Amino acid sequence: MNIPSDLKYTKDHEWVKVQGNTATIGITDFAQSELGDIVFVEIETTGEDLDAGEVFGTIEAVKTVSDLFMPFKGNVKEFNSELEASPEMVNEDPYGKGWMIKIEFEGDLDDSELLDAEAYKDLVG
Amino acid sequence: MKKTALYDKHVALGAKMVPFAGYEMPVQYTGVKEEHLIVRNGVGMFDVSHMGEFYVKGDKALALLQKVTTNDVSKLIPGKIQYSCLPNGKGGIVDDLLVYCISEKEYLLVVNASNIEKDWNWIKSQNDMGAEMVNESDSISLFAIQGPKTNDALQSLTDVVLSEMGYYTFSIGKFAGVENVIISATGYTGSGGFEIYVKNKDAEKVWDAIIEAGAKLDLKPIGLAARDTLRLEMGFCLYGNDIDDTTSPIEAGLGWITKFTKDFIDNDLLLSQKENGTDRKLVGFTMIDRGIPRKDYRILDADGNEMGVVTSGTQSPSLDKAIGMGYVKAEQKASGTEIFIEIRNKSLKAEITKLPFYKAD
Repeated sequence: MNIPSDLKYTKDHEWVKVQGNTATIGITDFAQSELGDIVFVEIETTGEDLDAGEVFGTIEAVKTVSDLFMPFKGNVKEFNSELEASPEMVNEDPYGKGWMIKIEFEGDLDDSELLDAEAYKDLVG
Repeated sequence: MKKTALYDKHVALGAKMVPFAGYEMPVQYTGVKEEHLIVRNGVGMFDVSHMGEFYVKGDKALALLQKVTTNDVSKLIPGKIQYSCLPNGKGGIVDDLLVYCISEKEYLLVVNASNIEKDWNWIKSQNDMGAEMVNESDSISLFAIQGPKTNDALQSLTDVVLSEMGYYTFSIGKFAGVENVIISATGYTGSGGFEIYVKNKDAEKVWDAIIEAGAKLDLKPIGLAARDTLRLEMGFCLYGNDIDDTTSPIEAGLGWITKFTKDFIDNDLLLSQKENGTDRKLVGFTMIDRGIPRKDYRILDADGNEMGVVTSGTQSPSLDKAIGMGYVKAEQKASGTEIFIEIRNKSLKAEITKLPFYKAD
């Protein structure tokens, strides 16, 4: 199971990479493996201000559908539009080409709810 | 949670195991799309040992089966198989099943794993004629070897000439050195192949022999997730989704296995449905707008009125389109009818499609 040490994680199996006041969000290697072949990523919240825990999109695998949650309050600045044509990139490269959104947030990020790689590893056992 | 005789093998092969109908079953090995296409284009093997097997024997066997099943069992001869269902006395379906005619006084019923106990109790409750019933579900393993290369993969394991066996026929013979194996030209994929019934004690030996014999044709183990996408592309009903205790065989498009040449449970009710029509019909549909239909999503008409409900849906790996089945009002069942599927509060356009969705070249 690939869990890069330089990322933060959520209990909903998303990863977060913070750079300044922007964060990139995707789903973890564990999540893509559990979902199986991903066939559709639907994100229609670009431009919206969302609270922590709100649904920013939906991911459809062959067998199941799963919501995507905001790891913290922010504005959805950008959606990885390449996923519209190639959702399988989430399976193939979850921490790279399979990224999902970029969030812009104001002020200092309260990341106390986020897990580091070690804690996430414990979570997924 | 029960395990099939092959549980340790599946784990060693890297399968993802999930609870299904009371068993720990392999849902996928490498990926559902890849496994699906292996069956469509090559050959794959499923462990479906969770399925239930009942023997019905004796002078009264035929009478019991004529009463509890919809298809006409008197038309079967030894070596032939029928698809059928068990009506529940209220116009619904207890289960769908296969009926194997071993002899005029011995039949094998193959039922869904999730319904073994329910079916057994139901058939037993109808057995006032005193047919002998034996539940062998826990002692029989079942492998489905499916795909266009199945004959080539299996022929070296048996003297039974596989290419000469017609669809829905079976032989009982020697297979992989094991006697009394049921070799059945059936399956749930639409890509042809065989289902092999063996005693649990021989399961590992036969499974290994098939893996070895099939290696030259790249035979791979296939999980239950691909079994579901394969059957849905064919429009085959899945019990618990497309048919259940509240759906009639006529509504579900199973009129072809409902024969009024004999008396059976719900005979009059189903005959009246056949003659007068039903309010709703099970249909297939293909998404036009982007979205994937799932069980229990609502089906709407162009004005937003509810007209039915989705019973199965997926992204079809063969067609690369989202497909589904569901019940609609009978007057709206025609192929080409525009319908809408409610997905996350949006009405997405779809079109009623003639089944099967997938046709082999």
